[in-house]
Amino acid sequence: MNTIPLITGFPAALLFIGGAVLVPALKGKIKSAFLLGLPALAFFVLLCTPDGSYGSFPVLNHELTLVKIDALSRVFGFIFCIVTLLGMMFAAGIGDDLQYCSALAYGGGALGVTFAGDVFSLYIFWEIMAVASTFLILARKTDASQTAAVRYILVHIVGGLCLLAGIILYVDRTGATAFGFIGLDGVDSYLIFLGIAVNAAIPPLHPWLSDAYPEATVPGAVFLSAFTTKSAVYLMARMFPGTELLIWLGAVMTAIPIFYAVLENDIRRVLAYSLINQVGFMMCGIGIGTALAINGTVSHAFCHILYKALLFMAAGSVLHVTGKIRCTDLGGLYRTMPLTCLFCIVGAASISAFPLFSGFVSKSMIISAAAHHKLVIVWLMLQFASAGVFHHAGIKVPFFMFFGHDSGIRAQEPPRNMLWAMGITAFICMFLGIYPYPLYAVLPYPVDYIPYTGAHVVGQLQLLMFGALAFCLLILSGYYPAEMRAINLDTDWFYRTLSSRFYRASASALNRLNRSCEAILVQAFTAKLTRWAEDGTARLLIIAMQPVWKAMQVPETRQAQHSSRMVLLIRNSAVPVGISVAGAALLLSALYYLH
Amino acid sequence: MMKKELRIFDDPKHVKRFLLVFYGCLLALLCIDPFIHKHGEFPWEDAPEFFAAYGFVSCVLLIFVARILRRLVKRDENYYDKRT
Repeated sequence: MNTIPLITGFPAALLFIGGAVLVPALKGKIKSAFLLGLPALAFFVLLCTPDGSYGSFPVLNHELTLVKIDALSRVFGFIFCIVTLLGMMFAAGIGDDLQYCSALAYGGGALGVTFAGDVFSLYIFWEIMAVASTFLILARKTDASQTAAVRYILVHIVGGLCLLAGIILYVDRTGATAFGFIGLDGVDSYLIFLGIAVNAAIPPLHPWLSDAYPEATVPGAVFLSAFTTKSAVYLMARMFPGTELLIWLGAVMTAIPIFYAVLENDIRRVLAYSLINQVGFMMCGIGIGTALAINGTVSHAFCHILYKALLFMAAGSVLHVTGKIRCTDLGGLYRTMPLTCLFCIVGAASISAFPLFSGFVSKSMIISAAAHHKLVIVWLMLQFASAGVFHHAGIKVPFFMFFGHDSGIRAQEPPRNMLWAMGITAFICMFLGIYPYPLYAVLPYPVDYIPYTGAHVVGQLQLLMFGALAFCLLILSGYYPAEMRAINLDTDWFYRTLSSRFYRASASALNRLNRSCEAILVQAFTAKLTRWAEDGTARLLIIAMQPVWKAMQVPETRQAQHSSRMVLLIRNSAVPVGISVAGAALLLSALYYLH
Repeated sequence: MMKKELRIFDDPKHVKRFLLVFYGCLLALLCIDPFIHKHGEFPWEDAPEFFAAYGFVSCVLLIFVARILRRLVKRDENYYDKRT
């Protein structure tokens, strides 16, 4: 592989972030080619680069390494390049430089995190990711997106600060900037864990995701669904594999969001909740930490990025052509959008882990790993969540958009580039489901796992199909929770209402303090001080002159004239004596005499 | 220009046929189960039709709990706008 020494080990992050700067200078077809070529080039560079560290340089007594490639980071690098390419293909028609630039910088940040060889460059790319992704939400340019973006960035700043604090303590404790397995041990590791957990959307730190992603732009949501949570999955798998806490957090994480997803009206918010649920499977796999579980986690992250991107593309296409995204406003779109409907169903089948679709070959590894470990409750929760995923992401999403009641909307298919992007993504989802071995070949550990056994296929089909039967019967009986225009409170209630309460409380308390300070210090004290500084000398002089005038028997009226003249002269500085000078002179003479 | 529309599910006959095929699949899955060689990690995995029952019960339970949850967390669409 040394035949291409120039590009070997070139940081993909710099390629993306440098490319983002160039985007506004390009036009037309060249720009489209550039946007598609960049991720393809990064993919090629990664393909040509053997495992190892590249681009190390010393900064302030610490060694920074921008590129460190091993089996684990390589898989994530591959998928981040692939999803950037597909997302760019999907976004090609929108012609909004802000979104292209931020998506590229965001992808660059994710690749930077993936290949970072030391904690400092990790932190820098982590923050680039947070900032760049915020613009994908802001670019929607609605009131809801502006406020959601502000909440989003605030949460990520807090998470980032936790990570930074953890990193500083970690470097202080170990004296090393390189990182590998850390494990939960000591304050620094807990802070790092917490920082990553925010980005991984582990409950109760998850609501930023379901709050912000549905407010993002149509292509923005595709990129958002891929990078933030999955780079957090990567870091968890790198730093905290085998942490028992993650098994339980993961299991809870698979279960809770599906209840919300069932109730939610906004289709992209349903997808956001199902994203959290899927990341829960990955967290669980990391917590189990065996070779099978880590392989399952990594392959599930790989497949998940693709089918979740596909689902967000399909929902985004519907939003793009109809301007609507609520279940209550949509329905019956299969009539005029059959291709989008088909791609959505492929995505839905993949996320539900139907045999022959990508979710099946990856999720089953995690569940099998839980079974090998005899984790009874966890296994039952994961199976419950699997059936639940099919219920909301597998059936609800396509059903309420493309079937269900006829909304009367007769929107046409989205532009061709969007269809192509969805088509290719759908193809990969099915390809990996039927022939998973190319994916298995790049996993961190050798794969000794056969997904397609009779018991497994029939078991999974029974689980899903009888879940579907329940859906069918509940819909027909009218017991299924009806679609309605409403929101559902989540843990973001705490910071959304308490923060405004905190704001109002601090406003009233601090403003009151401010007002009293002003009354005492500015109005009363300072005014008196200035008056004294202004007229003090004159007043002192007048007091000093009183006995003289009395002795000379100067009449009262003359005295008053003298006094006011004196005040005037000193106020206008006609006589160069200020109170401070007088004070200084007094002090000096006092010192002189006391000495 | 209006493209041609698919209307296959507009006809109740087609919906009925679709449901029949679906029920047929379910029945086939139930029938095939006893003939599958099973090697589950847990004893109940090998019980006949375990996954069918678990899938069905899970989804009914999911909806049951979701209905209760809705009562607790449902708010007006501009709940947060009104407060700020």
